[in-house]
Amino acid sequence: MSAVETTAPAAGAERARGFRNRWYRTPSFVAGLAIIGTLVVLGLLAPTIAPYNPIEQDLKSILKPPSQEHWLGTDQVGRDVLSRLIYAIRVDLKIGLLAVLFPFCIGTFLGCLAGYYGRGLDTVVMRLVDVVVAFPFLVLIIALVFVIGPGPRGIYIAITMVGWVSYARIVRGEILVAKRQEYVLAAQAAGFSDARIIARHILPNVITQAVVFAMSDIVLVIVAIVTLGYLGLGVQPPTADWGSMMAQGQDFITTRWEISTIPGLAVVLTGLGLSLIGDGLADLLRPE
Amino acid sequence: MDRLSYVGRRLLQMVPVALGVTILVFFMVHLIPGDPARTMLGARATDQAVAQLRHEWGLDRPLMEQYWLFMKRLAQGDLGDSLFYDTPVLSLIFERVWPTVWLLAYATVLALLISVPLATLAATRKDGSVDQLVRAIPLFGLGMPPFWIGIVLILLLGLRVPLFPVGGYGDYFLGHLYSMFLPGLTVALFLTPILIRSLRASLLTVLESDYITTARSKGIPEWQVLLRHAVRNAIISTVTVLGVNIAFLIGGTLVVEKVFALPGIGALMVDSIFNRDFPVVQGVTLVFAVLVVLVYLITDVVHSLLDPRVRYER
Repeated sequence: MSAVETTAPAAGAERARGFRNRWYRTPSFVAGLAIIGTLVVLGLLAPTIAPYNPIEQDLKSILKPPSQEHWLGTDQVGRDVLSRLIYAIRVDLKIGLLAVLFPFCIGTFLGCLAGYYGRGLDTVVMRLVDVVVAFPFLVLIIALVFVIGPGPRGIYIAITMVGWVSYARIVRGEILVAKRQEYVLAAQAAGFSDARIIARHILPNVITQAVVFAMSDIVLVIVAIVTLGYLGLGVQPPTADWGSMMAQGQDFITTRWEISTIPGLAVVLTGLGLSLIGDGLADLLRPE
Repeated sequence: MDRLSYVGRRLLQMVPVALGVTILVFFMVHLIPGDPARTMLGARATDQAVAQLRHEWGLDRPLMEQYWLFMKRLAQGDLGDSLFYDTPVLSLIFERVWPTVWLLAYATVLALLISVPLATLAATRKDGSVDQLVRAIPLFGLGMPPFWIGIVLILLLGLRVPLFPVGGYGDYFLGHLYSMFLPGLTVALFLTPILIRSLRASLLTVLESDYITTARSKGIPEWQVLLRHAVRNAIISTVTVLGVNIAFLIGGTLVVEKVFALPGIGALMVDSIFNRDFPVVQGVTLVFAVLVVLVYLITDVVHSLLDPRVRYER
């Protein structure tokens, strides 16, 4: 597939045109966009639509079952579960997005260098990739966040240190094919600088795979972030985060099962939306 | 190239990776903000205790010397002592390795029992309604946090309909089988979406290949084509898919052990995070990485045994 995609320098522009003309006719893409769009809007409007302050405790009404006042009930310190669920969208989606953006950029950059220049640089980058890949993703991230310190900063650093490898691998592979194409040879013969050739000619043709992968990667990253939250290594209390909500709710599972299960559904829904967008993108960006 | 030299070459290729793994684990100590020794021991530690730990870990020496010391200890099987349990990390890990091995094996078997039939159904009825349904599983499943699957299963099969115990490791083979059903199923369900996706794709490739078309054109019944012609290649892809995802599988067991109170290494790591027991976290991370590298190697070797082309290609 990649060989076809990279035969012409105009492939990127062609794909962009195809994308504009077809995106609304791709059901999975539209469905995914609708889910994520709704979540984003809910997150942005949280201060307006959330019925209560997400961190305000009301010790007189703890662990209340769902009612007219509290649609999803209250937690162990009397906070409104629905409000926390909505506010957590902001936290988890934002961290998830940023935590994919950094490894995407760094991995793409290193993949470009390794693929384009080859030789020693390639060997070093690929050996680094081999080393990182030897660690189970969740284990290494949990260990790194533990070491660096809990909270968003630790999460960004840890996920970047681990996540760049996939992007580097994908982009390197694509560049290895692309750099033998005539348009690249022509650009080299025209005396353009390497930076210009990579950025203007090669990258637009090879970035597609990385973008499609990013969509499934962000699902795994959000699962990792929520897991960190569950272990107390994520966003620190009292800020609402789906992972910590599930951890706290687990103690009351016999009486108030929804406190720990509903935030999980929010994660599954987010994952579903992003996976649908990813599937749709893969279809859309495939050459016709 | 014969099989032995292929294995030898793969072993040799592992050396730089293993070295890199030790370097990364070694450097974890230096990612601790501020004074690692003080952070490890906590704010209430005396200066003397901090200085002693710093000396024990060699933190007061040049970096190269520290790494050399680390490797020398590692070669002797010394992963340091736990700050919380006050025993060698390696013996702690050995004590708790069996529940983890059990969970990994159990989950793998359950995951295969779920995903192989589903992937086969989907691949043999491409674009049919069954295929559409099976293809929806990864869409929903990829976003399921492993511990959440555990909580839901505890709720449904442990509390609402109390069929299985919600914690513990059990005694003897049958006891383990029974006690670990829910955690095994949890990890299996975590792995299933990925397995189904890759298995379906590789089965489709097998089913669309020329030799299957030939077999079909000879009028061999479809079930025979599947069983006698497609299975061997399907097994190859299953082994590869499983091997490639071992790291993912281990990641799943980590938190699930904690949810179900299983005394494995994953739970040991999580507990050590709560206890701020740095040497144990470091040791478990290293052991898991070694495990993954070994499984990658075994996968490649098994792959080369099953598929003779591998040996000639490389």
